[in-house]
Amino acid sequence: MPLSGYLIGVAALLLLTLAALLPRPIRAGTVVIYGGSLGVTAVLFASALWQLLSGADWMALSLPLGIPWLGANFRLDALSAFILAVVDFGAVAASFYALGYGRHEHEPERVLPFYPAFLAAMNLVVLADDAFVFLLSWEMMSLSSWALVMSHHQVPGNARAGFVYIVMASIGTFALLLAFGLMAGDVGDYAFSTMRAHASERTVTGVVLALALFGAGSKAGLAPFHVWLPLAHPAAPSHVSALMSGVMTKVAVYGFLRIVFDILGAPAWWWGLPVLAVGAITAVIGALLGLTQNDLKRVLAYSTIENIGVIFIALGLSLAFRAHGYGAAAALALTAALFHVLNHSLFKSLLFFGSGALLTATGERSLARLGGLLNRMPMTGLFMLVGCVAISALPPFNGFVSEWLAFQAILLSPVLSSWALKLMIPAVGAMLALAAALAAAAYVRVFGIAFLGRPRSDAARNAVEVDRFSLIAMGTLGVLCLLTGVLPGLVIDALGPLVSQLIGTAMANQSQLGWLAIAPIAESRSSYDGLLVFLFITTSALMAAAIIHRFASDVSRIAPPWDCGFPDPDSATQYTPESFAQPVRRVFSGLGFAASETVDMPRPGDQRPARFELRLKDLVWDYGYQPVVSTVFTIADILNRLQFLTIRQYLSLVFAALVFLLLALAIWT
Amino acid sequence: MNLFGNLTIQILQMLLVLLPAPLLTGFIRKVKARLLRKKGPPLLQPYRDIIKLVGKEAVVADSASWLFRAVPYLVFAATWVAAALVPTFATGLLFSWSADLIAIIALLGSARFFLALAGMDVGTSFGGLGSSREMMFATLAEPAMIMIVFSLALIAGSTQLSNVAEFMLSPAVGLRVSLALGLIGLVIVAIAENARIPVDNPATHLELTMVHEAMVLEYSGRHLAMIELSAELKLSLYVSLIACVFFPWGLAPVGAGIAPHLFGIAAYIGKLAVAGVALAVFETSIAKMRVFRVPDFIGVALMLGLLATLLRFMSGSL
Amino acid sequence: MGGLYFDIAHLFAGGLVLISFILLYQDRLYALLNVFALQAFVLALSVAWQAYVQDAPHLYITAGITIAFKAIAIPVALHRMVSRLGVHREVETVVRLVPTMLAGIALVALSMVVMLRVTGSADPLAREDLAFALSVVLLGMLMMVTRSNAVSQVVGFMSLENGLILAATGAKGMPLVVEISVAFSILIALIVIGIFLFRIRERFDSVDLQVLDDYRGESR
Repeated sequence: MPLSGYLIGVAALLLLTLAALLPRPIRAGTVVIYGGSLGVTAVLFASALWQLLSGADWMALSLPLGIPWLGANFRLDALSAFILAVVDFGAVAASFYALGYGRHEHEPERVLPFYPAFLAAMNLVVLADDAFVFLLSWEMMSLSSWALVMSHHQVPGNARAGFVYIVMASIGTFALLLAFGLMAGDVGDYAFSTMRAHASERTVTGVVLALALFGAGSKAGLAPFHVWLPLAHPAAPSHVSALMSGVMTKVAVYGFLRIVFDILGAPAWWWGLPVLAVGAITAVIGALLGLTQNDLKRVLAYSTIENIGVIFIALGLSLAFRAHGYGAAAALALTAALFHVLNHSLFKSLLFFGSGALLTATGERSLARLGGLLNRMPMTGLFMLVGCVAISALPPFNGFVSEWLAFQAILLSPVLSSWALKLMIPAVGAMLALAAALAAAAYVRVFGIAFLGRPRSDAARNAVEVDRFSLIAMGTLGVLCLLTGVLPGLVIDALGPLVSQLIGTAMANQSQLGWLAIAPIAESRSSYDGLLVFLFITTSALMAAAIIHRFASDVSRIAPPWDCGFPDPDSATQYTPESFAQPVRRVFSGLGFAASETVDMPRPGDQRPARFELRLKDLVWDYGYQPVVSTVFTIADILNRLQFLTIRQYLSLVFAALVFLLLALAIWT
Repeated sequence: MNLFGNLTIQILQMLLVLLPAPLLTGFIRKVKARLLRKKGPPLLQPYRDIIKLVGKEAVVADSASWLFRAVPYLVFAATWVAAALVPTFATGLLFSWSADLIAIIALLGSARFFLALAGMDVGTSFGGLGSSREMMFATLAEPAMIMIVFSLALIAGSTQLSNVAEFMLSPAVGLRVSLALGLIGLVIVAIAENARIPVDNPATHLELTMVHEAMVLEYSGRHLAMIELSAELKLSLYVSLIACVFFPWGLAPVGAGIAPHLFGIAAYIGKLAVAGVALAVFETSIAKMRVFRVPDFIGVALMLGLLATLLRFMSGSL
Repeated sequence: MGGLYFDIAHLFAGGLVLISFILLYQDRLYALLNVFALQAFVLALSVAWQAYVQDAPHLYITAGITIAFKAIAIPVALHRMVSRLGVHREVETVVRLVPTMLAGIALVALSMVVMLRVTGSADPLAREDLAFALSVVLLGMLMMVTRSNAVSQVVGFMSLENGLILAATGAKGMPLVVEISVAFSILIALIVIGIFLFRIRERFDSVDLQVLDDYRGESR
């Protein structure tokens, strides 16, 4: 499909937005909007994937729109084709899911118009080839997603979530604006191609890196700019949460890749340092905080932060390798990052869909009121289990492969000659492993509390399985999680063109190896075969089960639980999400969060109930943001006095400003 | 050698890790009993237990889901596959390249993941307690293991266990500080992962400090047999892992002929015996820790692994 | 010098660092003293090995002094002191264990970087021995900073001194006179500290140095 075809697709999405604004019967609107978005994004996805796999030529297009002397430039290269495929696949899945899920929406007119606009904006960001179009569509992405976050504005807390989100998004866009301004520099041309051509004359690359890390990183959820994400992502309807977590964060990663890997030019030796540090801290903080949350969607949002941290660790490694001239290692690290981008978009969408299914079935988001749902909702439960295993980086699913590739990249890094990197990378490796282990604990908690055990509320007791659209969407994603985990070689080969576009070299072709194995550097060094591991596990499990059932005993008796002899029929005696997290809370308290527990135990004979109170504090918020907020308020208080001056005082202020400026001009020249 | 021979050795290896695993547990119990001047159960008692359990009916709690019945087989399969990938008497097996050391750790992580889920499935307080503590230990033990693997991989230049073992056999290796650190760390992780004293007590039930036994409390019959067998398999996996990396004597590459392989099998049995005696002596001479001392204990393994890796990064010769 | 000589010297030096970490981990005084004796013993082995490798007989005397004083006399004296003071229960750490260990690792990494960079041209044996010695010194200091019990501070101080001896022997030995005088000054320091400990106990009923701060009005 020519590039104009993609733009027509974007225009079609925008038309859907307009259509949604027309007054019409609500039910039909849901089908038309989600069905239309599904059709358009499916075409976009198919052609982007074909573009990536067939290795077709890059395409560029200039339209006489926007700023007169600049126009609007678009380009589709390997990188944007990959991200476009990820974005549009997420959009296809979300739209399909929403065909069923969207019917439960109470106020569809607050969601429907912004949904296609959000999709169009994400597509446009990826297609943009100049700073103007990029920033415009970036801002459109922020605003439309903000509107979607605010769609349930009556729910307590959502208004604050929307406010924090819009403030962070604006500051982030501003940082990107500055970054592009610095890159355009003296030439003053905002087309990416011109900026790329003048990369060697640039002097302030460090500032641009910092601005890109802040601008794109705050959108992706990098610590310490992550505070908006766990507020905003859960507030939106679940299919939009899936898009924001699974896809929009990837667009943010794309922004970082485009600026730092593509336009900014050859990296300096220290560029990897801040990226690695921020990534590692983000991964651990996200994993830890996710483990302490009770709201299911908020757990998922924190886990998005963790995964973004993992992606940035791999990106930082890639930058470090590239700056030191190790192309193959840089390609390996970048492949790990992009593989994780793909994986995370798959399983995070799946998990958010699952949380939406739970919300539909029970009306509950709080883990503390779920339980026993695997018996009531077997299919949702199975797909959620797949998602939980995949995101916990366990073989043979896909999350493990990308993390394995990242570990392999770390193992190559002693060749780097810089002492700072030598000191930092082992610590980063340990933090990556810690984040993975914490994620596994977090998802044992999520699945164990929500789907296993006994129901903790009537809503959970009476839940029923959700509609077919949701199930098919989740099932497809689940199968893909397994397939990409079992056949990682195909994904790595597909990522080859864009890795070589950004780094200059790509990983060796994996399809030559037997048995569909992967070997990042050489087979003698390390190799992994997801397919064989998967086959081994299934065969030996089935074999053991078959032998025992055939030759020994297959009799089962259903009985009340034993529980060491004193079972309690009350489901409140089960472990709760808080009690499950208690050991971890106690061990890691002080690392990114502070937990304080107070137990109020009445004296014997006292009739008062015992009380247990748990307080959690996000230290980043308390020590990073609260001071800023209070400073702003203090300044605002001071400036507030300016509102109560006489006209003469106002005039004298203006006069003083004028004189001051003239004086400055006189001294300056 | 031809494919058939390779396959034979691979299957031999799979059986060789599976069959003596209960014997190792029985041997440790026997030595521990003898150290306490007791007679102890017969050596073959674990086999009898498993056969007895397999033949009995399985009692399943009424609140359990299908996952509860599937988990014993999944855990057993993951542990067995992981154990089969650790060289015991021969290196360079037919499928040894299909997963490296990191993947073996992750396979054990999968087994633990499902076991922890099973602990929560029935919805009792004991099960939740076990799962929650097991996952807390794992949050430290797994990074510790990864860091130890890093230091080993940086010394041997590979994460493939066969290659690591061959490197350790070669004269190039020498005495290394990071190796010593890694060994201590690996022993600590092995103790914690196998729920041995001082982290957990394999012999106790009905105690609030238990972890592993609390998770599997609701299992009975064939399911319990599978769980017990996986636990025994995991213990012999860690022993084989330590033996293969730090004491690789007797390992022969595939195709070396019958005699070296027989010698390798004998050496493997000998290593298991030595490890069993060492573990029994250690367990008898030490008291169990409070649960919240355990993170410090495993934390030491993590620190040692990190230190070893740092040393490898700093200087090529350490 | 062959690879094996190098490796063994190295293993001893690395072992000393490891034992410093074990010292940081111990939270009981008797165990602490035992580990300290072990460290002195390993130090003596290391010194003796250097004496053999460098063919410097006077280092054997150093090793002997180390065994006699550090591995036997001082631990026994401290042991008796602890039992007479009645403080053989837990050591109250001021900072929690894992952060302390992390700080220790950071210190080791720091000393590696500093030593390997500064001594670029020296022979590799001395370079890495020096780095390890500096680590032992820094870990000893860390121990003094993170513990509030006076006895464990003394142990930290002694293990710091172990690091100095390791550094000295690694750098082709130091004059015997200096070595002996250092050993005796350590012994005298021990006596002085011992007397002080008993005085502190008499005065405050505790050897926790926090109490001294409280007395000065610097309580937290």
